Amino acid sequence: MNENELLSTAATMEEQSEPHAGTTRRMTLNMGPQHPSTHGVLRIILDLDGETILAARPDIGFLHTGIEKQAEALTYQQVVTLTDRMDYLSNLANNLAYCLSVEKLLQLEIPARAQWMRVMLTEISRINSHLVWLGTHCLDLGAMSMFFYCFREREDILRIFEYFSGQRLMTSYIRVGGLALEPPRGWERVVGDFMKQLPAKIDQYEGLLTENPIFMQRTQGVGYLPVERLLDLGVTGPMIRAAGVNWDIRKAEPYSSYEKFDFKVPVQQAGDVYARFRVRMDEMRESSKIVEQCLAGMPEGPIRADAPKVVLPDREKMKTQMEALIYHFKIVTEGFRVPAGEAYVPVESPRGELLFYVVSDGTSKPLRVFMRTPSYGNLQALSELFHGRLISDSIATLGSMDFVLGDVDR
Amino acid sequence: MPPEENNIASSSAILGVSVELGEALLQVDPARIVEVCREHREQGFNRLSGVSVIDRYPAEPRFEVFYLLHSVQKNERIKLKASLRSDAPEIDSVCGVWSGADWYEREAFDLFGVRFRNHPDLRRIMMPDDWQGHPLRRDFPTHGHRYSYQDE
Repeated sequence: MNENELLSTAATMEEQSEPHAGTTRRMTLNMGPQHPSTHGVLRIILDLDGETILAARPDIGFLHTGIEKQAEALTYQQVVTLTDRMDYLSNLANNLAYCLSVEKLLQLEIPARAQWMRVMLTEISRINSHLVWLGTHCLDLGAMSMFFYCFREREDILRIFEYFSGQRLMTSYIRVGGLALEPPRGWERVVGDFMKQLPAKIDQYEGLLTENPIFMQRTQGVGYLPVERLLDLGVTGPMIRAAGVNWDIRKAEPYSSYEKFDFKVPVQQAGDVYARFRVRMDEMRESSKIVEQCLAGMPEGPIRADAPKVVLPDREKMKTQMEALIYHFKIVTEGFRVPAGEAYVPVESPRGELLFYVVSDGTSKPLRVFMRTPSYGNLQALSELFHGRLISDSIATLGSMDFVLGDVDR
Repeated sequence: MPPEENNIASSSAILGVSVELGEALLQVDPARIVEVCREHREQGFNRLSGVSVIDRYPAEPRFEVFYLLHSVQKNERIKLKASLRSDAPEIDSVCGVWSGADWYEREAFDLFGVRFRNHPDLRRIMMPDDWQGHPLRRDFPTHGHRYSYQDE
């Protein structure tokens, strides 16, 4: 066999071993929709070359419930209950974003106490959301105990929500025009007790993870994408702050009197899974600082706007004043009318930029509510984040993206 | 942002400018949407927050495709809007300008039946592939079943 023959044989052998569907080398694998690490019903179709991911195609829509369609059939105030059910880990942020948009259309002035109360509760729900993220992310990476620790603290937060609104998850506590209920007696003590123990708990988590060599090896340098690419794909929130962009809507476009609070925007440069972990841990500390400021300086005053045509009257007034009774009847039976127009207010939800584009045609039901949810934008980067990486790293990357499938599919 | 400050070359493609509740809105000629988007991107609007549609049924033009643009550096937001008639709900895709438009346009196609020309992968994203109709259209019912269970 001369050299040429040898070469040609080698070429044929190469051709024969050329990977194609059905060989052991390259395969297509279906991950989800019920895979435990997808945190919901997400299906990812993976093209694999051994352990390397050649292509990842996410398939969403399993949790599509038509919330945007349903919103067109309900009155403005009723839609608040739908917003709870999108991103079920940060429902108060959803309530807030929706109410701010409708209040912008109505041009309502919200009293300071209600604004501060909204800030306090959305920050507690940010801590709640990050705790669930931390617990499940670490569970994916094999750190079982973190899951129990995080859910222990989350339980306290759910008790706070229950104390305020009567509901643990679907609070609907923030309403168009203010808050649903007067804060319960002794809320300062309940929130204060929790806040007293939280920083020590975050220290404990960081002590377990931040310098942990196994955790660092699993997360450092994993799930990286250049920041321009992330922005181009529509990624927002902690994911781009971990890639060096100092952009937080609470600072850039303050809403609900966030400008009155003193807090830092945590930024990391590395842009990997570990950096996202650091950003979210720091965000929990900053959030707890904001809650402390709320506890210290909560203003006095009403919790609802002075807008008799929008806000339900007090029980007492309803029984003594004719007008109040009429307004109550009108608001309950047909809902309040919103002037024709379009408005949106972007909000920094725990996952990123959240906004409700509310279109009104002058009636008591919205013509269109477009929900720009952060998880949807973030999930778009999945294909590129997975491309060319190892399948074991994909689990870490998926967890660090922190999406909620209810938020993606709506 | 008023157009005179804006001084973009494609200003002839902008049919109207308005500021409502502090939100700037440009009404864009649907045939030239990609051109306008590209110029805005070059001017620093590096993020596309979202794309969706408003259905003004039964009015004409029925569909209003809106684009929410955002500039992180300048901390500015602007809305673009293009109106489409119900007999030809088609517009060029802006995926070439912002990759993030991909899923938003697919969603708008799925739920409103607006076609985005030159989209790399225009398939349904939320509804099943064999679904008939576009659920977010105003003439699509909120409740009800397509199938009859009486014969079973």
